Amino acid sequence: MGYKAKFRVWRGEAGEGRLEDFTVEVNEGEVVLDIIHRLQATQAPDLAVRWNCKAGKCGSCSMEINGKPRLGCMTRMSTFEEDETITVTPLRTFPVIKDLVCDVSFNYEKAREIPSFTPPADVKPGEYRMQQVDVQRSQEFRKCIECFLCQNVCHVIRDHEENKKAFAGPRYFIRIAELDMHPYDVQDRRPQTAQEEHGLGFCNITKCCTEVCPEHIKITDNAIIPVKERVVDRKYDPLVWLGSKIFKRSS
Amino acid sequence: MTQTTAESPVRKQRAQLKTRTLRTDRWWLAPGLTFAGLLVFLIYGFWAIFDTSHLAGSYIAPFSSPCLATSCPEGARLFGFAPFGDWYTLPPGILILGLPGGFRLTCYYYRKAYYRSYWLSPPACGVAEPHKKYTGETRFPLILQNIHRYFFYFGAVIALILTYDAVLAFRDKDGNWGHVGLGTIILVVNAILILCYTFGCHSCRHITAGRLNHFSKHPLRYRAWTLVSKLNAKHQQFAWASLFSVMLADLYVRLVAKGIINFPFA
Amino acid sequence: MERHEYDVVVIGAGGAGLRAAIEARQQGKRTAIVCKSLFGKAHTVMAEGGAAAAMGNVNPNDNWMVHFRDTMRGGKFLNNWRMAELHAKEAPDRVWELEAWGALFDRTKDGKISQRNFGGHEYPRLAHVGDRTGLEMIRTLQQRVVALQQEDEKLHGDFEAYIKVFAECTVTRLLKDEETGAIAGAFGYRRETGDFIVFDAPAVVLATGGIGKSFVVTSNSWEYTGDGHALALLAGAKLINMEFIQFHPTGMVWPPSVRGILVTESVRGDGGVLRNSEGRRFMFDYVPDVFKSHYAPTEEEADRWYTDQANNRRPPELLPRDEVARAINSEVKAGRGSPQGGVFLDVSTRLPAEEITRRLPSMYHQFKELADVDITAEPMQVGPTCHYVMGGVEVDADTQAASVPGLFAAGEVSGGMHGSNRLGGNSLSDLLVFGRRAGAGAAAYVNGLSRRPVPSGVEEAKAEALEPLERTGGENPYEVHHELQRTMNDLVGIIRKAEEMNEALQAIEKLKERANNTASAGSRIYNPGWHLAIDLRNMLLVSECVARAALLREESRGGHTRDDFPTMSAEWRRKLLVCSAAPDGSNVLVEEKAQPSMRGDLISLFERSELEKYLTEDELAEYDAAVKES
Repeated sequence: MGYKAKFRVWRGEAGEGRLEDFTVEVNEGEVVLDIIHRLQATQAPDLAVRWNCKAGKCGSCSMEINGKPRLGCMTRMSTFEEDETITVTPLRTFPVIKDLVCDVSFNYEKAREIPSFTPPADVKPGEYRMQQVDVQRSQEFRKCIECFLCQNVCHVIRDHEENKKAFAGPRYFIRIAELDMHPYDVQDRRPQTAQEEHGLGFCNITKCCTEVCPEHIKITDNAIIPVKERVVDRKYDPLVWLGSKIFKRSS
Repeated sequence: MTQTTAESPVRKQRAQLKTRTLRTDRWWLAPGLTFAGLLVFLIYGFWAIFDTSHLAGSYIAPFSSPCLATSCPEGARLFGFAPFGDWYTLPPGILILGLPGGFRLTCYYYRKAYYRSYWLSPPACGVAEPHKKYTGETRFPLILQNIHRYFFYFGAVIALILTYDAVLAFRDKDGNWGHVGLGTIILVVNAILILCYTFGCHSCRHITAGRLNHFSKHPLRYRAWTLVSKLNAKHQQFAWASLFSVMLADLYVRLVAKGIINFPFA
Repeated sequence: MERHEYDVVVIGAGGAGLRAAIEARQQGKRTAIVCKSLFGKAHTVMAEGGAAAAMGNVNPNDNWMVHFRDTMRGGKFLNNWRMAELHAKEAPDRVWELEAWGALFDRTKDGKISQRNFGGHEYPRLAHVGDRTGLEMIRTLQQRVVALQQEDEKLHGDFEAYIKVFAECTVTRLLKDEETGAIAGAFGYRRETGDFIVFDAPAVVLATGGIGKSFVVTSNSWEYTGDGHALALLAGAKLINMEFIQFHPTGMVWPPSVRGILVTESVRGDGGVLRNSEGRRFMFDYVPDVFKSHYAPTEEEADRWYTDQANNRRPPELLPRDEVARAINSEVKAGRGSPQGGVFLDVSTRLPAEEITRRLPSMYHQFKELADVDITAEPMQVGPTCHYVMGGVEVDADTQAASVPGLFAAGEVSGGMHGSNRLGGNSLSDLLVFGRRAGAGAAAYVNGLSRRPVPSGVEEAKAEALEPLERTGGENPYEVHHELQRTMNDLVGIIRKAEEMNEALQAIEKLKERANNTASAGSRIYNPGWHLAIDLRNMLLVSECVARAALLREESRGGHTRDDFPTMSAEWRRKLLVCSAAPDGSNVLVEEKAQPSMRGDLISLFERSELEKYLTEDELAEYDAAVKES
């Protein structure tokens, strides 16, 4: 049943810190977050970690476990060998406040830059009629629990801090896709702005966002690529391009 | 708003971890295999272009099809035509390989594969890339990846031609229908995989109905989209399967043409 | 010290808090949202089933009156009937409004919002998105806040000109004006830095949710420490119905680390059945008399109901939550439980695998990833888990105003709406209806003020918050917390006895002393040990209210089951128990208060035969008079 596991947890404030070693009890059926909590209750009462629901629904306990971005509450201890040292570090892409807690305000700032849902002015609440097939694509993206693991793993900003200004990140590409595919959204020009203002062009579709998504949203195949294709419709289709040139000249 | 103190005074800095990755699994395996797989294909392709034995009975080597010049025998020409005439004497593959090549080069799956394995950008998730700067597909030349759609149109034509070639492989040396050899089977399997790859393409999915916001108003296109989506979900698998099937089919035809393979059922 | 001036401060960023803040901002008030977690992480995301609203999209016979009846019935007629009325009438508008803000509910064939069946609701009534309705709601409200911020940015050049979120910020005290006794603001600290923060505001809306963290087995997250309940008490407001705590019948029982995590009621609504270790569908043995006419007596009829609801009665698995929770408890006690101490909830033999993964995706996910159980192939093991507190701040039904001027409460932290037991699906609609009303109530209150109140008591609040950090060598707050959880779970849990509750009260008294002596090592920067030490005050205060009220109420009703008083009493139905406390948290007092009788037009919505089970003879005479009049 129970055994003693070796843990290495990054501890420190404001980015300065180091990996600290712990030996801690593990019982059957536990997840990494349980072990972090046991450390808090027994060895390191001020060990900082974010968590809420403990059921993979709120997206709070994002961390890197053996270098992989994961939710602490959804990483079962049984996936590790008993003699394995488990390294737990904070998300690498965001500044650290303390221990495993990062400042993720970047994401909330980016959220504000996406134009909101804009329904037609003449449709009253209660009058919306949408078919299930028409909403199901956007519904997939609305499964997002905002754990920001996709934002964290994306090498565009993970490895290049300077790109943060121009790049909204996968979480917000699925938001753009969700709105653009919404049957009642009338906000125009979203595909172009996706590329020009939100940095869609930075994405080289290496799919790490999809790989780490705990909700298994097909971020790349169902959101990013379709939006890229919508940009192509408007921007790189020579016929459309030619038409817009002629139209511009005549007007 | 009255505000007497600035927001959080904590210094903004990422966790200072010097290691490139803390991953303990064999993360290098996938990019390594991809690297090797693509390399094999490139080497073979280079050789095949300059190899002239591309017709074996009714089997046409896929790398040299369609042949558009009179330099190749009549059976290898597309519908018997040779629009390029006789001035063109270079290997026939050079004329057309750019199209399927471009299709695969700009393909959303292959982009992932070679960005990861050749450009190491990134080599694997959570593993730092070695480059100082990164601009992705925002500028020339990589912005050209956006023309994937047009390569898809050409890719679809080539896929149909290869299917046509596979149908032709049901004829014997003398042009009589009803022949089935190992080559026929290989060419048919290859054609199916190529079709599955080509029509499972993300651009195809978009054109079919992905660009619409009201599936319910276009039931036929929606049904097509559902089908394409199913193929698209296996795009990676079809990409590899068709890559090796086309290579194998091509090699097989050439070996038959060279007489190296000459058993009765060939 | 960081200081901000606002018109309305909303504490809590769950469904109720966000809806209140949106309303206050839409009425032109400068609004702050203060929440303990990140923006969008509130416990509302855990709500799975849906939001109950009598839109009649699936069954056109549904209307607010049926919903009202179901709600009152579910709450065993202890509900604040005015709240139940407002709730039933306004819920459809609130749901439709969400759709106009971008929510994407599942659809019916004709393109309307689909509605599903749920325990205690006569018709399919819950607007839902798979089994993640709470997430959809939080996200929609969060995005509505962002949309309003974008509007403000266009007008004023500042996203946060009129509505600002103070995430990861805990309020520890409400501040009052010394002269008038009205609310004047709030005091708290930023979790990130440990720095203190003062909000200067004439109106505060509490929307802090529940108290589940005082129990070991709970579906609630760490945030549910009863902050709003305690803040209101300490500010002089009153709590009602605190003895009523809903134990959700189906929480996970294994593995131990996820014990208590919710298994949505939709599993049963969509065909899942409860069995004991003998394979018997035991719920048929537990249908109480008051519900006998509404539920199928045989498995055959119950099974037919899933496909033909017009001609069959519903299966007893869909009885209100308190009934099912008690039934499971009895089965386990009688030794007919599952190996890990629950009962079996089986959907695998009832629906095809792909149907299960389509209708219950997150349940499939949750069991697969947390317990390594494939619910399409084997039954789940479930047992009761502390889920919701019906009790809360006593408020005015129309404005959600508490007895202290300037204080408002909405959602789980307010009391009355659900009576002694909440129906599933009524909480999400409650958040929307009363969140909006609280925001509007606060805005109207601010409009009516002649001068801004002046906050006092900042220094005392600061000293109180710093105490655990300044002590060395004191108690470990985690141990005190754990002991409180054990005490409440074992002694004031699902089945209660007078002597056990007396024991609990003694234990709480001791724990209070220990809590006053906790020490937290480390700095003020994101120090969970310190945060817990501060939250302990609230949990202990609320637990004491629960235990005292539960000891007083000598009957069994809804979320309050007394082993020594196993029946429902019509006399007790007329009484509400009201808690109050001194500003330092001492002198917790529980008093009886008369339940006002229902308005004539509302009570005549019921049949006399039904009311006879709940009301006294005097009340029935009133009913007869009301019926005659109408």
